[in-house]
Amino acid sequence: MPQHANAAESTSAASPWRQQARSPLLAAGIVILALAAIYLFGNRDSGLVTQSIVSGLLLGGVYALVSIGLTLIFGVLGVVNFAHGAMLTLALYFVYALTTSAGIPVYLSTLIAVPLMFGFGFLVQRLLLNKLTTEGSHEGPLLITLGLQLLIVNTLLMVFGGRPVSVPGSVDGSLRVFGAVATYERLIAFFGALLVAALLTLLLRRTSFGMSIRSVASNAQGAALVGVNVGRVYAMTFGIGAACVAVAGGLTAPFTSLTPTVGESFTVLAFVIVVLGGLGSVVGAITGGLIIGLVQTIGALYLPGTGALLLVFVVFVLVLLFRPQGLFGVRP
Amino acid sequence: MKQTETELPRVAADDPRLRDTDLRNSLITLGVLAVVLAVLPLVVNERIESILVLTLIFAIMGVGWNLMSGFGGLFSFGHAAFFGVGAYTNAYLVIEYELSPWIAMIIGAVFAAAIGTFIAFLCLRYKLAGAYFALATFAFAQMFLLLAQNLEFLNKTDGLSLPILGEESFWHMQFRQGNDWYVWIPSGLLVIALGITILYARSRPGRYVQAARDDEVAAASLGINVMRTRLVAVMLSCAVTAIAGAYYAQYYFFVGPEQAFGTHVSVQAIVPAVLGGIGTIWGPLVGALIVGPLAEYIKELLRDPPSYLEFLQGVSGLDVAVYAVLLIVIVLFMRKGIYGTLKDKITERKNQ
Repeated sequence: MPQHANAAESTSAASPWRQQARSPLLAAGIVILALAAIYLFGNRDSGLVTQSIVSGLLLGGVYALVSIGLTLIFGVLGVVNFAHGAMLTLALYFVYALTTSAGIPVYLSTLIAVPLMFGFGFLVQRLLLNKLTTEGSHEGPLLITLGLQLLIVNTLLMVFGGRPVSVPGSVDGSLRVFGAVATYERLIAFFGALLVAALLTLLLRRTSFGMSIRSVASNAQGAALVGVNVGRVYAMTFGIGAACVAVAGGLTAPFTSLTPTVGESFTVLAFVIVVLGGLGSVVGAITGGLIIGLVQTIGALYLPGTGALLLVFVVFVLVLLFRPQGLFGVRP
Repeated sequence: MKQTETELPRVAADDPRLRDTDLRNSLITLGVLAVVLAVLPLVVNERIESILVLTLIFAIMGVGWNLMSGFGGLFSFGHAAFFGVGAYTNAYLVIEYELSPWIAMIIGAVFAAAIGTFIAFLCLRYKLAGAYFALATFAFAQMFLLLAQNLEFLNKTDGLSLPILGEESFWHMQFRQGNDWYVWIPSGLLVIALGITILYARSRPGRYVQAARDDEVAAASLGINVMRTRLVAVMLSCAVTAIAGAYYAQYYFFVGPEQAFGTHVSVQAIVPAVLGGIGTIWGPLVGALIVGPLAEYIKELLRDPPSYLEFLQGVSGLDVAVYAVLLIVIVLFMRKGIYGTLKDKITERKNQ
């Protein structure tokens, strides 16, 4: 490893939220080079490529928000929430139920779904996970979240059935960006997701509650000694993770076809994104989300059907092989 | 009169109390199990036989999962990957090269073991254990699902159908429907898998891997090559799981991406072991004996519900929801599973 890289690493604090100047630049460089290569030698219509980039980034914004929830829960509780995708589905069905049965517009339903999902996450941590996480068990919480995932998906299947349903959209029309089309619904989802991500980062960095979360993440015992209520922070963090998913669900509801298994792929996508960004890193989750969004839409130019998703896993294997700590992660 | 000195009783080397009863008891239990499984298909009807086969497949998967996740402490959420590799390898070799399933099964097991060892090596290289390892295996299973759906030679989403021969043949593992061999073969495979578990758990590599599971640093400091012992556990585990997959393909004459690599397959490997008792020899079997018949019973119930459960008519998902609740309850309140907790209770009583 070159000398200057070591120096850069030693100056930054060893917290999951620390920033590394080198990795994001490197990642951005690789992404820009790859995009340029596709424009020049990709053998695809450049308008089509632009369209894919725009849709990829828009998709990536939502991925980022889902992944932030996952990475936050991992960073603080040390639990990989296997029910993350299922919680997204649950949020989507909340919004669906509110819009279709009560006639509340989609985005307003989202505002109702967010506190509901926060409460759900809070209770899950309090009732099911708290005992196991405080004992420091690895397998216990994992199995519980697996059980939770199965329970949510199959309960939804029992209640709503397996037929795809859709939430009526509220905003029609689209915008042209560099000749590419972006519907307002997707733009709202993208900027909404980024806004929430920014608010969350502010919460973590600038408020005393954020500080207590960060302190628990870096050393739970030490935080408890200086008076942080660790159990409460755990529950709040899980709640925030669930709320992130609820926002993502509400924002994507207008253009998603709902089935009880729709969120399943998100669990593994969010995990790949979090691994790419570095476990526990919020900035990493955002960067990773955008990259994976791009990989998926640009991959779709070359590989039909589910082939594009396969490319996402190629990225995953490459990361495991060459940079297992992720772009922003600290090597364990 | 009081005794001032008590002399410790001398124990001769051939004292019956020093005899290794643990191995003997395990092997006797295994023998009894083998006899029961051999007799069962003779007395039950065809419908129960089909449930029995499914239960046996669950049990073999659970035993396989338990080898690496229970004894090795390496939680896998992606055992579908190895089950599927076993199933597809078997189907492909039988169709393309007309190999005997017995040979195809072994090739599939070796292949799955190689893949599993490579994946585990990638993850363990940077000590990415625990939850990270679990999700990484899950991601690999998903990747294989997508591969199977996209590869031309595996017939994409249509899957592979095995040719049906006109005659019965043990070598080609094909019999008339309802033939008892369809139960005896997985029974034999299960008995072998359990035998492997019994011997492995007592062997040197088996003891090493359990030591590494309980305290990695301490184990390494005593000179145990943690990585190598873990990879041995992974290898055995993947091979056993692949055998279950190969038999699945053989029994149903079909394998598709979802049946081989779907998430529910990974779950079916985990649930029996967790219910019965992680890291115990008989746990996965006990769990499978609960899960297999229960799943069938619920399906039956939903097909034709009694009047007070009318609202459940045609609803799907209840069987998995029930597993899910069982799983959560067991993890929360019976950490060692049903068999593990019972065993502890019995030893406690004996010691009193």
